[in-house]
Amino acid sequence: MAKYVGQRVKRTEDPRLIQGLGHYVDDIKLPDTLHVAFLRSIHAHARITSIDTSEAAHAPGVVAVYTGKDVQKVGPVPCAAALPGLKVPDYRVLAGDHVVFVGQPIAAVVATDRYAARDAIDLIMVDYDELPAVIDVEAAAKGGPLVYEEYGDNIAYTLTAGEGDIDAGLASADRIVKQRLVHQRLAPIAMEGRGVLARYYPGEKELTIWSSTQIPHLLRTQLAIMLGMPENKLRVITPEVGGGFGSKLNVYAEEALLGWISMQLGKPVKWIEGRRENIQATIHGRGQVGYIEIGCKNDGTITGLRYNVFADMGAYHQLLTPAIPTLTGLMLSGCYKIPAIQMNVTACFTNKMATDAYRGAGRPEATHVIERALDLVADELKLDPVEVRRRNFPTPEEFPFKTATGLFYDSGNYQGALDRALEMADYASLRAEQRKARDQGRLIGIGVSTYVEICAIGPSQATPAGGWESATVRIEPTGMVTVLTGASPHGQGQETSFAQLAADELGVDMDHVTVIHGDTSIVQYGIGTFGSRATAVGGTAVFMAIAKLKEKAAKIAAHMLGVEESTVGFSEGQFAVQAAQAAAGGASSSAGSSGRSITIQEVALAAHLAKEIPPGSEPGLSATHFFEPTNFTFPFGTHIAVVEVDRETGEVKFLRYVGVDDCGKVLNPMLVDGQIHGGIVQALGQALYEELVYDEQGQLITGTLMDYAVPKAAFIPWMELDRTETPSPVNPLGVKGVGEAGTIGATPAIVNALVDALEPFGVRHLDMPVRPESLWRIINA
Amino acid sequence: MKKAINVSVNEVVHQSEVEPRLLLVHYLRDVLGLTGTHIGCETSICGACTVNLDGQAVKSCTVFAVQADGAKITTIEGLAVDGQLHEVQEGFWEQHGLQCGYCTPGMIMASAQILDRNPDPSRDEIRHGLEGNLCRCTGYQHIVEAVQYASRKMKSRSATGD
Repeated sequence: MAKYVGQRVKRTEDPRLIQGLGHYVDDIKLPDTLHVAFLRSIHAHARITSIDTSEAAHAPGVVAVYTGKDVQKVGPVPCAAALPGLKVPDYRVLAGDHVVFVGQPIAAVVATDRYAARDAIDLIMVDYDELPAVIDVEAAAKGGPLVYEEYGDNIAYTLTAGEGDIDAGLASADRIVKQRLVHQRLAPIAMEGRGVLARYYPGEKELTIWSSTQIPHLLRTQLAIMLGMPENKLRVITPEVGGGFGSKLNVYAEEALLGWISMQLGKPVKWIEGRRENIQATIHGRGQVGYIEIGCKNDGTITGLRYNVFADMGAYHQLLTPAIPTLTGLMLSGCYKIPAIQMNVTACFTNKMATDAYRGAGRPEATHVIERALDLVADELKLDPVEVRRRNFPTPEEFPFKTATGLFYDSGNYQGALDRALEMADYASLRAEQRKARDQGRLIGIGVSTYVEICAIGPSQATPAGGWESATVRIEPTGMVTVLTGASPHGQGQETSFAQLAADELGVDMDHVTVIHGDTSIVQYGIGTFGSRATAVGGTAVFMAIAKLKEKAAKIAAHMLGVEESTVGFSEGQFAVQAAQAAAGGASSSAGSSGRSITIQEVALAAHLAKEIPPGSEPGLSATHFFEPTNFTFPFGTHIAVVEVDRETGEVKFLRYVGVDDCGKVLNPMLVDGQIHGGIVQALGQALYEELVYDEQGQLITGTLMDYAVPKAAFIPWMELDRTETPSPVNPLGVKGVGEAGTIGATPAIVNALVDALEPFGVRHLDMPVRPESLWRIINA
Repeated sequence: MKKAINVSVNEVVHQSEVEPRLLLVHYLRDVLGLTGTHIGCETSICGACTVNLDGQAVKSCTVFAVQADGAKITTIEGLAVDGQLHEVQEGFWEQHGLQCGYCTPGMIMASAQILDRNPDPSRDEIRHGLEGNLCRCTGYQHIVEAVQYASRKMKSRSATGD
C-alpha cells in the first residue's frame, strides 16, 4: 500500500526553485506598479509635533505621500489573544502623534520606482519631542517611564497558571535550587523579508493582495475588517514564501496599508521589506527574564517548580504577542512528573518592536527553563544529569500523561529516545574521555536535553482562531488528482509529502497529484502553517477528505460494475469485485479476470460525465474535510551536545552533536531530517550568537546582518540524527509534527554542555548568547 | 545622466541605458526580468544575490550595473545547459539542500564556484567556502552533502566523458 509514504521522496517543489523559476512576491511584475517606501520612527519614544511632506510630495516620480491622519479609517493592527485584563493598545497602521518604538511606520511614499520612493522618504520633515523610553523589561515592570501614560503602568497583563499545591511541593523538598534566566530577544530572519503587492480592481471592487505570509485566510479575514470591505471581495495569494519561522504568522500594518493605497490610486502597489526594516519592524521572538525555583528530594525527584517571568511584549501587540508566555506555562513540566507547577507572568510594555511567535513560540523558553533546572538539580545533588532525568520520567504506560500545567501528553517513550541517544553518543565513554581531558586541562562539556513539545496546534477550544485544518481532494475528468490544502507551506515540503499521501491512498502515480495552497479564491478556508501543525492537522484533513472521496467513488464503481457496494474493494487504484463475495453471490468471474474491476480514474470520468452514476447521486468526484483534532500532539526526544571551549580564546568547538527525535509516524524522512537540522541550527544561534540589542535610548544596535549574527555554515556541528517512532493517537496518520523540535530541544543541550565545560570554574549557569568573551572572562578571571 | 552598458547575461547580450546608481541585482531582476537572483540583505552579507561575473562569484547587490559593462554574467537561470541541470542543482535536489528556496540560487552559484576552484573539497572546505551565504532553513548540513554529491557527479561524468 505505502509506495511513497515513509520514503525519502525528492521534492516536487525543487525543480523550479533550483533553476530560479519560483515566484516570490517581488518576482511578480504587474504593469504600472507603483512602489511604496516607509518613513519609520528614529526614536523609541516621542511625540510628533509636526510632519511636513510637501517637499517629498513634489519629488520626481512621487505619486502620493500618506501619514497617520490620512489612514484613520483603516482599523488597528489586530491582536487575537484574549486574556483576562489584557491591555490592548490602539495600534494604528501609521503613527499619529505618538511613536513608541524605533521602526514604527510614520509615513508612506508612493512613487513610480523603488529608488524614487526611497529618495523621497528623506525629504519628509518630522519634528519629534523625545520622551523617556523604557527598554529593560524588569524596569518596565517596576514602573519606569510609561509607554502609555493612560494605563498608569507598563503592565500588559499578569497571569498565574499551573496546578498542584506549589507551596506544599516546595516545602516538601530536601533542596530548593533557584536561578535567574534570560531568554534574549531574537530576530526570526526569514531569508525573504516581508513583501506585499496589492491590486485593486475598481470595476469589480475587488482587491487582490499577494503577501509573503503563513496564514492567507486568516490574513484575508483580518484585512477585510481593517479595510472595512466584504471578505469575499478580497483575495489573498501567497506565492512562494522565503521562510517564515512564525514571523509571517501575523497581520501587519504594511499589509493593510498596501491594500488601502491600491484602493486610493487604482493601481498595483508593491512594498518589499529591506533587511534593516525586517530586523526593526518584523516581530521579534523570546524576550523573557525568568526566575526559577525548583524543589527536589535528595534522590533527584522533583517536588515542585515555580517560574516567575517578566515577558517583554514590546510597544504593542501583534497578532499573538500576549499568548506566547502562556505557551511557556503549558510546557514547564517538560518530560517530567512534577506534582506542582506555578507560573507567574508579568507581561510588560517596553519601547521596542512587538514580540510574537518565533519558531517554538514560548516552548523553547519552557524547555530551556526545565532543562536548565534539571541540570541545576543534578549539580546540587552531585548526580549525573541523565540519572536525574530518568528518575522523573513517566513510563510509556502512563500515557496519556497528565501534567500539572493542565495538559494530557498524547503518547511518549522518553526512555527509548534517551537510551538511543546515549547509545549513539556512547555516553559512558564520553564521560570517561571528559575526565581524562580535564586532567590535561582541556575544557570539554557534555550537555543533555530531554525535551517534549506541544504541536499540531491544535484543538479549536485551545486556540484563538480555530485549530482545525481543511482539505479538498478531487479527481479531475482526466484522472489527475488535485489536493487543495488550507495549510500554507513555505519550505516545509508539503507539496511533496501531501502528494505522497494522496498517491498512496488513491493508488495513483505521485506525478499525477498536484497540491495547491495559498490562494483564498481557489482553496477553501484554512488556518495555515505554524505550530508544527501542517502535517498532523492539515495532512490528516487530506487523509479524511480522501476517505470521503473513496466512499463516493465506491458507490459509483459498484453501480458501474453492476454489483452491491459491499462487494467492491479498493486497492492500488482499482475498485474490484472481491472474489470471495463475488463467488458467494454466485458470480463466476474473479476480480479483474473479466473486466470485473475499474480504475479510480475511470470512476472519476464517469462521475463527471454523470451518465453511469447511481440515480439521485451527486455528479463529480470531490470531497472536502475540515479536521478538528481532539488534542495537541507531543513530540519529544533527546539531544546531546559535546563541546570544547578554547582556554585561550573562549571559542566553542563542537566535538559531537547527537539528536534522537520522535515525531510519531513519518511521511518523508528526508524532510524530517531537514526540519531537525534547521531547527537545531536556529537553536544554536540563540545559544551562541544571536541577540537583538537595544541601547538605553531604545536604538536597535544590532540592526543589520553585520551585527545580528545568524549562524553560518562553518559554525555548525555535524549533526548525527536518529528517530524513535511513537505514533500519536490523536490523528489516524499517527504523526506528531517536527517543524519546531530542533529549536526547542537543542538550545538547552548546547548551554548545558557549556556550563558543564566550565564546571571546573564553579560555573552553574550561563545566560545566552554564550559568547566567547563571556567564557574567556570566566576562564581568565 | 544614464549610462549605456553592454552586458552578456546567460549568453545573451543586452544593451541598456541605466542610472549609474542602479544595482546589478536590480538590473538583472527589474530590467532583464531575471528574478531567480534574490535579494536578502542589500549589504553583501547573506549571499542570496550571488551571480557569476567574469568567472567570479559576486554579490550582485553590491555591484552597480555600470560596473558590469562589458562583463559576462551567469545567473541561476543560465546554469542548466540544454535542459540538463548543473551537477550542483542536481545535488541540491537529490540531497534536500533547500527548503524555502530563497537562498538557493545564491547558494548554488557559490557552490559551483567552490567546485570550480576545488573539484574535491572536504566537508570543512565546503563549509568555509559557503561562509558568505546564509540559509535559515536547512542548517546547512544537506547543503554540504549537496555539494559533495555534485563533486562526485562531476568526477564520474568527466571519467566517463559524459
